[in-house]
Amino acid sequence: MSIWEFANPRKFTALSLKILPTLVGLSAVLVLGGLIWGFAFTPNADKFESTVKIIYVHVPSALMAINGWLMMLVCSLIWLVRRHHVSALAARAAAPVGVVMTVIALFTGAVWGQPMWGTWWVWDPRLTSFLILFLFYLGYMALWAAIEDTETAADLTSILCLVGSVFALLSRYAVNFWNQGLHQGTSIPVATGGRTVADVYFLPLVVAMAGFFVLFVALVLARTVTLIRERRLAVLDAQEARA
Amino acid sequence: MIALLRRDLMLAVRAGGGFGLALAFFLIVVVLVPFAIGPDPSLLSRVAAGVLWLGALLACLLSLDRLFALDHEDGSLDLLATAPLPLEGIAAVKALAHWLTTALPLVVAAPAFGILLSLPAPGFGWLVVSLLAGTPALSAIGTFGAALTVGLRRGGLLLSLIVLPLYVPTLIFGAEVARRGAEGLAIGPALPLLAGITCGTLALMPFATAAVLRRALRG
Amino acid sequence: MNLDMGKYATEVLLSYAGTLIPLALVIWITWAQYRRAARALSAAEARKDIP
Repeated sequence: MSIWEFANPRKFTALSLKILPTLVGLSAVLVLGGLIWGFAFTPNADKFESTVKIIYVHVPSALMAINGWLMMLVCSLIWLVRRHHVSALAARAAAPVGVVMTVIALFTGAVWGQPMWGTWWVWDPRLTSFLILFLFYLGYMALWAAIEDTETAADLTSILCLVGSVFALLSRYAVNFWNQGLHQGTSIPVATGGRTVADVYFLPLVVAMAGFFVLFVALVLARTVTLIRERRLAVLDAQEARA
Repeated sequence: MIALLRRDLMLAVRAGGGFGLALAFFLIVVVLVPFAIGPDPSLLSRVAAGVLWLGALLACLLSLDRLFALDHEDGSLDLLATAPLPLEGIAAVKALAHWLTTALPLVVAAPAFGILLSLPAPGFGWLVVSLLAGTPALSAIGTFGAALTVGLRRGGLLLSLIVLPLYVPTLIFGAEVARRGAEGLAIGPALPLLAGITCGTLALMPFATAAVLRRALRG
Repeated sequence: MNLDMGKYATEVLLSYAGTLIPLALVIWITWAQYRRAARALSAAEARKDIP
């Protein structure tokens, strides 16, 4: 039993169908629970007053926007090295979800920035690199949509994802160099283990992050299954046309 | 390789298309800027370096979609792929030809256009240096984008969407060098970083381009 | 329970709306495409008599 067994579309679909209801239920509980907890049952902060509540939608969506791209990168690598079709389709399925997460992160950030920094938008390194990430997502999806032959499309988009990742990383450091930012540093530095937020805010945030993560996984699985089915449908149609 | 380079250069010169067109486009962008932001010389001199960089970048982009398209249409790209020359070499030569025919004239013309935008005197040298250091990266990245979109309908628009985000780091460092030069500040690490991006891109991009071409020709 | 949002009520509500509406949209689209593909595939398989 190895993980590569699920490179078989049939097995992947079977497993996905089996765990999807659980994932959907879990993500609904976690997302709604985390957001309701954060929205209704946390105190206002001294400095930020009630805008501190925006953190429960802003941070999880930003987290999944970046992780979505990372997942696409890993899937692209698997496709290029081992040529499992499921992997390529999963990368394709993740892109629209990642875009939505990026848009949510940008939007909630702008809404928060308006009262706190006095402006909707500044050319801060973090904000700028998120906008660039958004552009990368758009280019990736446009390339998928433009190429008809799915295997060629999978190859070319995978290479674009690889090259894009390198340049996204370069851009991240380039914009750092270009403009010092307003955006606060991370509140949950994983590397040092410390954190600057109190438990009242931190716990609902963790729930919301877990919820967005499970939601992302559920959406990607459902979309991948859809793509597998569409591919199979196309094959059946072609056979019918020939018969 | 040299024969291929000579052929591409000859085609560019004789067809006359891309050669002057990018330059004319660059000029038009530069002329339009004062109409858009007003003729105030102090304002113009502040944005001149950035506008020149942006104009050069867009002019580079403009001629990219012809890079492989013609060779793809008349089949000579397939012929090149079966030649003893590795595809990586072909990608590198294509990028070099694009740089020589499109980017180099832009670099030469940029100081003249700088006068139109009242670029401060110390900026001219740094503008040329930064363009010289940065445009090879633009050509190499652009070749990659052109290979990705070769043979696609509406490839031109898609090409810009794919290539422009990839241009961001080069533009940031290049424009930073030109701007600091124009304002008489110390250049600092921007120029080494720009050169580093260019060297890295030149070294690695031909491999990505060749991988894409190999795939696109098979499909 | 703390629903007192003070002077920033608009911002907080706007950001929650701006999160939930796109999320609902992407979930709905995913669900619709999932249903459509499942139905079309089972119809095609029924036509061809393959299990």
